[in-house]
Formats: sequence, structure tokens, C-alpha cells
Amino acid sequence: MTQTKKKSFDVGNWLIPMIAVLIAMTIAGIMMKIQGADPFSAYKTLFTTSFGSVKGFSATLGKATPLVISGLAVTIGLRAGLFNIGAQGQLISGALGTAWAGYTFTGLPAIIHLPIAILFGVFFGAFVGSIAGALKAYRGVHEVITTIMLNSIIMGLSDYLVVYHFREPGQLLTRTSEIQKSARLPILFGLPFGFFIAIALAILAWWVMANTTSGFRFETVGRNKFAAWYAGISVKRTLVTAMMISGGIAGLGGAIETLGVTYRFEPAFNAGLGFDGITIALLGRAHPLGIIPGAILIGGMRAGASNMQFVAGVATELVDLLMALILFFVTAPLVTRFFKNSGSKAVTGGWGN
Amino acid sequence: MKEFLTKRNSFIGIIVLATAFLYSKDGSITTSVVSTATAFALPLALAAMVGIMCERTGIVNIGIEGTLLTSAFAAFFVSSLTSNILLGFAASVAVGSLLGLLLAVMSVSWKMDQIIAGTIINILATGLTSFLYVQGRTIPSTFPEYDIPKLKDIPFFGPVLFMHGPLFYFGIFVILSLYVALFKTTWGLRSRAVGEHPSSADTAGVSVARLRYINVAIAGAIGGLAGAFLSLELVGSFERGFTAGKGFTALALMIFGRWNPLGALAAAMFFGMTQAYANQLMIDQVVQIPTQFITILPYILTIIVLAISAGKVRAPAAEGQPYEKENA
Repeated sequence: MTQTKKKSFDVGNWLIPMIAVLIAMTIAGIMMKIQGADPFSAYKTLFTTSFGSVKGFSATLGKATPLVISGLAVTIGLRAGLFNIGAQGQLISGALGTAWAGYTFTGLPAIIHLPIAILFGVFFGAFVGSIAGALKAYRGVHEVITTIMLNSIIMGLSDYLVVYHFREPGQLLTRTSEIQKSARLPILFGLPFGFFIAIALAILAWWVMANTTSGFRFETVGRNKFAAWYAGISVKRTLVTAMMISGGIAGLGGAIETLGVTYRFEPAFNAGLGFDGITIALLGRAHPLGIIPGAILIGGMRAGASNMQFVAGVATELVDLLMALILFFVTAPLVTRFFKNSGSKAVTGGWGN
Repeated sequence: MKEFLTKRNSFIGIIVLATAFLYSKDGSITTSVVSTATAFALPLALAAMVGIMCERTGIVNIGIEGTLLTSAFAAFFVSSLTSNILLGFAASVAVGSLLGLLLAVMSVSWKMDQIIAGTIINILATGLTSFLYVQGRTIPSTFPEYDIPKLKDIPFFGPVLFMHGPLFYFGIFVILSLYVALFKTTWGLRSRAVGEHPSSADTAGVSVARLRYINVAIAGAIGGLAGAFLSLELVGSFERGFTAGKGFTALALMIFGRWNPLGALAAAMFFGMTQAYANQLMIDQVVQIPTQFITILPYILTIIVLAISAGKVRAPAAEGQPYEKENA
């Protein structure tokens, strides 16, 4: 990962994503036209719904919250040279752990219940993440495959747990009971409290990566494992720690979504949040603060999608297509920049260590 | 004798013995289970071939999943639009090789990080197929089963190997020819040289970039075949997220099979067998297993298989690294 030193906010960094968004919207517009829909009305509805009013914008920020967090999870991994595709699974295990803690413990004041429920989410996310980290560090198994496999395993396991063990009593749907009132995240200035946590976390991550020894250790392992080893950094331990933190952050994303939005766990909830995190991390070029605008843009599109489907008759999956195209066009002209392995190391390299 | 008793041979031996034992107990059920297993295994094996073709020339292809998904969709969609499954098959092979070319452009010409290039293909595939997917479409028919005369009458092997559809036979043919081509032809030698030590191959007059382009595109076409097999022969339908991680499992099979087509085929067969047997156990209600466990079985196996084998096998030396000509 080449990172131009501290020069991260020159014109190109803003221009390229904007041009990419325009090209992506044009192409998706043509595809809508072919399908017989009106792209102008679709885009107008999409963006006025999400950015045109205060209420719409706060919904957008609500949708952006888990995206900031999962984007951050993927970013931390990338910094240490790990491509964590498993944010989805880590997020789901966090959501389930939090939901369980949220409805099981009763009679606690919010000030105690909330942190406990959040800790459950972080713990399970970190646990799943560290499985992939340990397999990478000690068995040489590439994290891309293990995290993808863990995603599917977690999906199956959480489904099993909810069907057979945690199902709401007397409920036919596959879902847990609702969390206690004391475990709900408050709403602040009309905005979900989780959004403030997410932004604070992004700033914290940026500060830690830039100013602490641990941050330096991550970056060094990410750029050159051999140099890191030579400098006396325990590469294996750093890899496991990085995956654990990455997973923990993803788990926190699941926790906040559960305590602030869904109030219970259902296997169908949280779909795709972790995967969006990959796109967002790459769009923000693995910069802890750079991911925020991308997360808000995609959050806005997610918030406006159902209204767009209602008004313009375009499938909500348009958002997935737009995201994919934006990502493609953002990376395409970056040949000479971030993604090029200009003599230094690839982010990930081959299958070995 | 010592050389014969390698870990791999004893592994294959155990499977063969177990199958023979089960066959002696109940012939017809074992035959049908193994026959299902081969049908499960073929798309995995073909997808592993995609990986082998790419990695042998030094390109990591993590976008196999996306290639399978897009080509399975193209096969289904075009068959449904034109009511002609042959056109659907052609479309899927074309889409597969286009995605291969896209990967080549990103990783050879643009020298992008190959894992990210592959991920972009996967994300594009999910975005495109879920946007274009329309519920309720059907295809006129699947590829019909064609039993090979005479051969189909062999007990056990007949139903297992010679009572399938045309894409199955074609797939087996592709796998075997890939093995021959990789290890017995000039093209294969050059490809492997490019994957191991591109600067030597370059010195010997092989165009590294050209060969990588060609091989990755052909690999994409094989991925197209796998996708078409899934949607036009094995299942006969398509839905969002249809390929369910097969492209990633294939990468594990490729590593387990040591980047050798026959090794990967054997590994795929092992996978197919476990799934087919797990299904059979569930149908027979021999043991009460929640369906979720059957579903996650292949994923757990993939991780176990990798944890055992990944550290011990050696990948092509130059994979993952873009080749820069030295300016002397």
C-alpha cells in the first residue's frame, strides 16, 4: 500500500471520486433507460429523499452509521495488510451477541446495560475476526478465503441458534425477543446516537494509526512484513491483533445497529452491511476519515432506494450496481496512485505469508 | 512401497475403500449418492481450473465467484430471452472470457493489486446480477441427460460417469485437456515459466503480458462453462447470490490440489462426496442434523482443508506480482 506522505487531500483525491460517481450514474442511467424506467426521475427521487430534507438527512446518517463502522473495520485490516472480507460475518455475530445480552439481562440501569450489550457485540466480532487472524499467522491460510467461509458459517450458525435456541417464545418468525428498554441507544438532536459513536471511533482510529506505537506497528507490518520482523515487531501477533480489532469494530457495528435501529436479531437483518464496508473502505482509500463521505453517500442511496422504487419503479438493487460501478471507476484511473504496486508491496500478495 | 504410501494416495485410498464398502452394503443408493457427488463436484472442479490457469501464469484470481455468478446469470437470462439454451451457453462463455479480460486489464496492464481487482469483479458481479435479475423468468428446458451407450451399462461407473448432460462431459474433457496442456505442451511450459520466473521467460522470448492476457481470458471462458453448467444443466434456475461461495471454495480446492488439475479434481470429488452423503443422511433421517449444519459443512471443510495444507504447498513463485520489464 503506497501512501503519499500526508499529502492525502490534494485535488485529485476529491476529483477522481466525483468523476467516478458521475460516470457510474450515467452508465446505470443508461441501463435504467434500457429497462424502460426514467433515470432522471429515479435519481431525483433517490437524492431528494435522502439529502433534500432534515428528516431525510437524519435517516441518511442513520443508514450511514453501520457503514462508517464496517468501512472502518475493513480499513484497519487493510492498514495492516489484511483484506478482511468477513466484516459481514463479524457484524452478524456481534449483532446476535448484543441482542442476546439486550433481552436476557433485566432490571439493569441503562448506564450499565448498554455498555454490557455493546461489549458482547464487540467480543463476538473480535472472536470471529481473530480466528481468521490466527489461521493466517500460524497456518498461512489467506484471510480472504477464511473470512468468506466464516461469513457463510456464521450465517448458518446464527440461523440455527435463533431457530433452535434464542427464538422469541411463541413466535413463528425466526427472530429473537426485543431488547429491554434499558439497552436502547438514545436519539440525540434528532440523530441516532450511534452516528456520534461511529464518527468518534473514526477519529480515534485515525489518531491511533497516526500517533501511537501500535498504529506504527500495524502500518509497518502492512507495508513490509520482513522489515517489520527485522525491526523486532512480532508479525504474527500483530496480524492476529489486527484481525481481532477489525472484527471487534465490525461487531460493534452490529451491536449499534441492534441497539439503535432493529432492537432485536433476525437473520435477514444487517444483510450486506459488512460487504458495503469493503466498497467504502476502498472508496476512502483505507483512510479512517476518508471513509466518512463515501459512507454518507451510500447511506443516502440506501435511505432513498425504497422511495425511488415506489416512485420510479426502479429496483432498489440499483444501489448495489451504482456502488460497484463507482468502485470500479474510482480504482480505474488510480493506476499511478494508491493501488499500484510501484515496486513496493501489494496490499495482499499471493496465498503464502 | 514407501513412495506409494504418500499422504495423498492414502487419502484417496480411504475414500475408494469407504465407497466400495458402502457399495457392497447397498449398491443402488451408493451409486446414486456418488453420481450426485460427481455432479456437485464438476462446477467446483471447473472453477478450480479457472484458478489454476490464472495462477500458473502468475495472476491471482479471487474473482472466480463473480465470474461464475455473472455467467450463470447470462446463461439463464439469454436462454430465457431467446428460448434457446445454446445461445445461453454461448453468452455465458462470452461473459466469462470478458470478465477474464477485465481482470487481465486491471492486473496486467494497470498493475493493480490483484486481490482488489478480483474483489472489484465480485462486487460488479453482485451489483449487475441483482439489478438485472427479474423474478419469475424461466428457461425452456435444461440440457437433457445423454447416456453414453455401452459405457452406461458398466455397474457403478456407468451411472456415476456416463449418465450426465453434455456440459458435464465437456467439463471433464476440459479438465483432462488442461492437465495435458499444462504439463505436456510448449504452451504449458511457457505458461508455467511465466508464473514461476517471468523475467527468465521474457529473456527466452516469451511475451509475459500477452500470455497472461490469453490465459486469463481462457480461464474466464472455463468459468463461463462452470456457470452455464450450474444454471442450465444442474439446477435449471437462477436467483440472487446463486453461486453461494463456490468460487471461493474452488480456490481452496486449487491449493489443496497443489495447482494441479487432477489434484483439484480429486479434491472437488471429496467435497462433492461429503455433501452428497450429508444430504443422504438427512433424507434417510439416520441422524437428526439441523439443515443449517449441512449447509455450512462445505465451508467448514474448506477452512480445515486449508489449515492442513496451506502452509505446506508451494504456490507459483511469481503470482500476485505484476511484471515490470527491466530497462537495461
